[in-house]
Amino acid sequence: MSTTIVTARRAFDDSFTIERALATGAYEGLKKALSMTPEAVCAEVDAASLLGRGGAGFPAGRKWSMLRKNPTTYLVINGDESEPATFKDHYLIERDPHQLVEGVIIAAYALQVTQAFIFIRGEFALGLERVTQAINEAYAHGALGRNIFGSGFSLDLVVHPGAGAYICGEETALLESLEGKRGFPRIKPPFFPAAIGLYGEPTVVNNVETVSNLPWIVSNGGAAFAALGEGRSTGTRLFALSGDVEHPGVFEVEMVKSTFRDLIERPELGGGVRGGKAVKAIIPGGVSAPWFFPEDLDTPLGQDEVAAKNSMLGSGSIVVMDETRCMVRAAWRITKFFSRESCGQCTPCREGSGWLERVLYRLEHGGGRMEDVDLLLDLCDNIAPGLTWPPQQTTICVLGPSIPSSIHSAISRFREEFIAHVHDGGCRHGR
Amino acid sequence: MADDATPVTIRFTLDGREVEANKGEMLIAAAERSGTYIPRFCYHPRMEPVGVCRMCLVEVEGPRGTTLMPSCYIAPSDGMVVRTDSEKVKKAQDGVLEFLLANHPLDCPVCDKGGECPLQDQTLAYGPGESRFIEEKRHFEKPVPISDLVLLDRERCIQCSRCTRFAAEVAGEAQITFSGRGDLVEVAPFPTEPFTSHFSGNTVQICPVGALTAKPYRFAARPWDLDQAESTCTGCSVGCRVAVQSSQDRLTRVLGVDGEVSHGWLCDKGRFGFEAVTGAHDADSEPGRVTSPMLKKNGELVPVTWSEALSAAAAALSTAGSAVGVIGGAQFTNEGAYAWAKLAKGIIGTDSVDAQLNDGLPAALVFGLPAATILDLDTASAVLTITGDLSEELPVLFLRLREAAHRGTPIVQIHQHPDSVTSIAHSALAVRSGDTDAVVRMLCGDDVQAAQLRNHPEGLSFDPAALEAAKAALPHGGKGLVVIVGRENLAEDGTLTAAAAKRIAAAFPEATFLVGLRRANVRGALDLGLTPGFLPGRVTLAEGQSRYAGTWATIPSATGLSTVEQLRALATGAAGAPSVLVLLGADPLTDLPDGALAAAGLAKATTTIVVSGHHTATTAQADIVLPVTVANERTGTTTNVEGRVSVLAPAVAAPGQAWSDWTIAAALADALGADLGLETVDAFAAEIAALAPSHRGLSAQLLAGASGDGIIIPVGSSPIHGAQPLDPTAFPGVKAVTARPLGMEQASLPEGAPASGGAALLAAIPEAVSMPGPDGYALRLTVQRRLYDGGATVTNSPSLAPLVDGATVKVHPSALDRLGVASGTVVRLRSAAAHLDLPAISDKTVIKGTAVLSFNHATADHAGNAAASLIDASAVVTDVRMETR
Amino acid sequence: MSHFSPALRAKAEATVALYPKKRSALIPLCHLAQGQDGYLTEAAMVEIGELCEVTAAEVRGTATFYDMLHTDPVGKYVVGICTNIACMLAGGDDLLEHAEQRLGCAVGGTTTDGLFTLEETECLADCDIAPCVQVNHRFVRTTTPEALDALLDELAAGGRVDEIPSHGTLIRVERTVGLQVPKDVIAEERAAAGAAQAVRMEGSK
Repeated sequence: MSTTIVTARRAFDDSFTIERALATGAYEGLKKALSMTPEAVCAEVDAASLLGRGGAGFPAGRKWSMLRKNPTTYLVINGDESEPATFKDHYLIERDPHQLVEGVIIAAYALQVTQAFIFIRGEFALGLERVTQAINEAYAHGALGRNIFGSGFSLDLVVHPGAGAYICGEETALLESLEGKRGFPRIKPPFFPAAIGLYGEPTVVNNVETVSNLPWIVSNGGAAFAALGEGRSTGTRLFALSGDVEHPGVFEVEMVKSTFRDLIERPELGGGVRGGKAVKAIIPGGVSAPWFFPEDLDTPLGQDEVAAKNSMLGSGSIVVMDETRCMVRAAWRITKFFSRESCGQCTPCREGSGWLERVLYRLEHGGGRMEDVDLLLDLCDNIAPGLTWPPQQTTICVLGPSIPSSIHSAISRFREEFIAHVHDGGCRHGR
Repeated sequence: MADDATPVTIRFTLDGREVEANKGEMLIAAAERSGTYIPRFCYHPRMEPVGVCRMCLVEVEGPRGTTLMPSCYIAPSDGMVVRTDSEKVKKAQDGVLEFLLANHPLDCPVCDKGGECPLQDQTLAYGPGESRFIEEKRHFEKPVPISDLVLLDRERCIQCSRCTRFAAEVAGEAQITFSGRGDLVEVAPFPTEPFTSHFSGNTVQICPVGALTAKPYRFAARPWDLDQAESTCTGCSVGCRVAVQSSQDRLTRVLGVDGEVSHGWLCDKGRFGFEAVTGAHDADSEPGRVTSPMLKKNGELVPVTWSEALSAAAAALSTAGSAVGVIGGAQFTNEGAYAWAKLAKGIIGTDSVDAQLNDGLPAALVFGLPAATILDLDTASAVLTITGDLSEELPVLFLRLREAAHRGTPIVQIHQHPDSVTSIAHSALAVRSGDTDAVVRMLCGDDVQAAQLRNHPEGLSFDPAALEAAKAALPHGGKGLVVIVGRENLAEDGTLTAAAAKRIAAAFPEATFLVGLRRANVRGALDLGLTPGFLPGRVTLAEGQSRYAGTWATIPSATGLSTVEQLRALATGAAGAPSVLVLLGADPLTDLPDGALAAAGLAKATTTIVVSGHHTATTAQADIVLPVTVANERTGTTTNVEGRVSVLAPAVAAPGQAWSDWTIAAALADALGADLGLETVDAFAAEIAALAPSHRGLSAQLLAGASGDGIIIPVGSSPIHGAQPLDPTAFPGVKAVTARPLGMEQASLPEGAPASGGAALLAAIPEAVSMPGPDGYALRLTVQRRLYDGGATVTNSPSLAPLVDGATVKVHPSALDRLGVASGTVVRLRSAAAHLDLPAISDKTVIKGTAVLSFNHATADHAGNAAASLIDASAVVTDVRMETR
Repeated sequence: MSHFSPALRAKAEATVALYPKKRSALIPLCHLAQGQDGYLTEAAMVEIGELCEVTAAEVRGTATFYDMLHTDPVGKYVVGICTNIACMLAGGDDLLEHAEQRLGCAVGGTTTDGLFTLEETECLADCDIAPCVQVNHRFVRTTTPEALDALLDELAAGGRVDEIPSHGTLIRVERTVGLQVPKDVIAEERAAAGAAQAVRMEGSK
């Protein structure tokens, strides 16, 4: 339970400096990787069964192997962390940039690319400074640039800022933003980045946390990583816990061996629900995820385990809402988020998100009608037909079909709250 | 490209029946061809699909059940099973329409698009009966003008991106883009840079709602009140397909119709220039039409009857005998051109007949070069252009060229000033006026004049690497090469470009050519004999003697004088000068590149007879003015740059006492005591087909059966199609064009005469004359046409007239530095002929050692065509000195 | 005539040089311009268009997609308060309302003295210290009305300059090296790597 892979330098206040990083083994993993063949490095990642830590959970090794047949041109790291209540990449970016940089170089070597970009959301001003500084130091140290550590492998690494748009966390919208355009997601097929990515070239997009695991995996071996966790969910993972808990924060926890209850209640982790209240609902993996309820607390923190319960582990963010909370308000605020962040490209999401937000606003603040509850569900159905999980979509990207998750969860479980709001002319619950 | 020419057929199942698709065709197009119309907003057949509106969702079967997919974005594969009529699809369509209507304002009663609106139509056909939306719709200030011609209503916009995609993809100028995010996305220009694209009007037509409206049409009419005539635009020689709509005998608007020439697009001059015919719909003034014959009496032009005017004209002509010069006719119909050729050459007996105003290229070049079609651009292996600014002269041809570039076809451009083609060119060679032939030699591997180019005081005008790249791009022997050649520079003699074209034809024997002469029917005028040395049908005087002997009263045996020769003879009082000048729709005082010569020549004619639709500088000086019908008032045919003959249909009646072009010729013949022998348009067409070799086999019947795209002559040189059905949402506003099959097999089409004698004609084109060496103090002048200029159409269109720029001279910043003045200072340009005061503008793209002027723009103290005052028609090139005043 | 100061123009050109295609520099250049002017002026957008070889309309159309880029003037300090789900649970709405009253301007507006612009933001990814507040994109971690008031007072008095620099997220980002691997070297190395891989693939059969 106490294995640390990506938060090893947590105790140090100066964890982000090159001095501290080198003193704690930075770039040793890279040196080892460079002494192996690129295929051997990929094999370690495969052996580790490293699932993507961004939200989709796609196995990194399999993503890379798609490109081994055709040469990859670019590696892009997704540091656009904007999923509500997700703040674990923020930690890695600000507190351990050298680990991130080292991981990127290892990935670039395995994929044999010579140009890589780290896309960091623009609001992380300090993060942008620190990663840029880490890159400057890495170049000076010989870990970037031409002929890295005499290996014959060369890499240039560029930090690229976002400018405030959640949708740019979607990999094709991220590439559009990196190309200097509006963050409009591309239609897949055919625009899978592996085939047609940055500037139309084959591109791998990996999350910050995913690549931050690579130095350890190379140094200790993929098998050692796979020895932690269970099934397909190997290694440890960062979880960002927030909401009605005593100790909100980022916790590195072994996968599957811990449960939601462990994370929320253990004194060294969440410390229990604030004020000793009862859990009313949990948002298990980012606001696109269908909600969990008290009976789900013993679900293991594993990708397949959560999927089996018709939700998703997603971005690793967990929000706890206690018995005092208004479910209508929660659904409204999440919908407002989606409405503000919808890129506007396709009709169902652009118009649907705004409409849903206005209906929920009336329900919460006064003016809601009985027919609004089923109207909400039908509008959701027009965005994500059948309201299935995983969702179907009438939209270009997955933002649209994510909107129904909270609304559907809230109405299915708490329909009487919605009806009470209609009768009461608004919310009586408090915030 | 050539190897994709054979379509692979894909078979899939659509709503339970087997359907075929062509390789590369999207599902939505294949379905439409098979008779199943899938509703759509953002999809447009002439642009890349984007799949954003989601209206075209269909159900596709897959291994895990069915998925809704946008049919505009997926290409059918063998065995695919698709449903467009299932419950799931209908719910999706209802959903999308309800979503679109959520924020859409209920503006129908006051919206231009009502009655021809794809949103209205598809809501009715595919949508829910009511909307459940009871919230406050989003609001924007509306409408906002985004240019002088187009207004934007952001509330009505459904964010389909047709307009922004058109601007970026088709026109190549991203002057409007999406702005903002989510349901506040709006279309916006940059605040200080309005949507000045010459193609802005297309966005109004293709907008599927009333978000974009055109100032010349706002609140003018309801579509159901409009009569429609399908016709051909006569703004320039591209000859775009148009639907001309009118109400109560006034032109209301002109729309683009999809076809193989213009792909449905129009330039704004072609679209809004109708105001010069019957006036703007909200204007108080009438366009300056000549509505009655006029005679000069006591120094003033007074209206008279036709019989008085014709008598006076006949009297002057009789006195002159065959000492008559005819200038113009490039704005007439084919039938009108033939009528005047027969009158001038076959009755009056003069061969001094010239449709061009020394501002085009020799007819021998046009007839002698192997001909290309615009469609050849779609399959060309490379394109070479030697023209002025195509986006200003032949705008929709420029759009078609952009399509070729987008497809990856390399374009090699030889230019005297970078323009819109330069940015899409594979390699661009900048040349100074006078050097085109030398550079063409280098392109063909002959460096004999290279040293001279390099020794210019300002250095070589182009990058040697570009030359190498250009050579590599041009295919050996010219296989698949299409060359577009036009009059690059009005301050330079046309023989220079002609010589260069001839050299290219020799070096690339398999190349084909589009000769980009500008006026609407200059090609028809030349084809039908309005040029010295030729008779109708592209035959020389010698060849035509026997052909025309039976039908024409007389046939000239000696080549007559060109426009410049006529005017020079008059101005210098030379023997053989014509004493009567007949001007057919021509305005030499405005349009002749040598303004002084035009004035001097016209002043010396004993009698000037001007046949014109509008009052111009030339009609003001005339002795006799005869009113003629103009665009949209005429029947007959016109010939475009490809030699494509297409039908003109009248939409409104002629004003006042204006007569058609051929009617005036017939009446004049009558007044002269002769007889043209033809009394209807069809009779003219029949005689032309019978006598003119190039028109053999072309009948009114054949034209009537063919699609609006007309027929390329010689008949049989290109396939002829029947009329195709049109997608009603692709170019809204066009009332359904009736689809009709051709009615005959291609193989059984009448056979036209193959083009012949090309080599002999080209041989007669003179070599380029050698250039005077550069004067170190002077700038070599390049004068190029602009779309909006002092011509009759723009001047008489209230919406377009304000868009004409004042004349300025563009020079390289170093030239201004040398003079010590800032950009915008008024300078004096001095040529051998005259001087001109105008602002000098610093432009770092101008080739060093040159100065660039626009043709037919006015300065503060020179109304009319200021540039023409600097040009001397007897000089091969024009050098100017730039001085402070 | 450059709108950017000489130093900024140099930085802008160096930024453009980092990317294979110039347009990619558009957003970083917008951040740099905001560092100089506080917001995106029309002159800056025109210049960015020239540097990136796109139209000014494309620059403005792109910039307006993003929350951090302003095409209207903003205050010296842009105060962002999150009210998304975790911060809402922690009292973000109350803190925002308090801020409106304290500053005397509505959400989205700027105080009349031009010092503060107040924004309601979406998730800023600092949710364990909720409700999240940023000033000029620096986390200030003032989770109570009192702490927020104290900070605003200090800023109004000209304090905390080191911690909270002027508006512009890249204002302290300094990349010290340009690209080190020339394009032709990239092509060569990739070719060599591909050949080596092919050899290894053969060998492993």
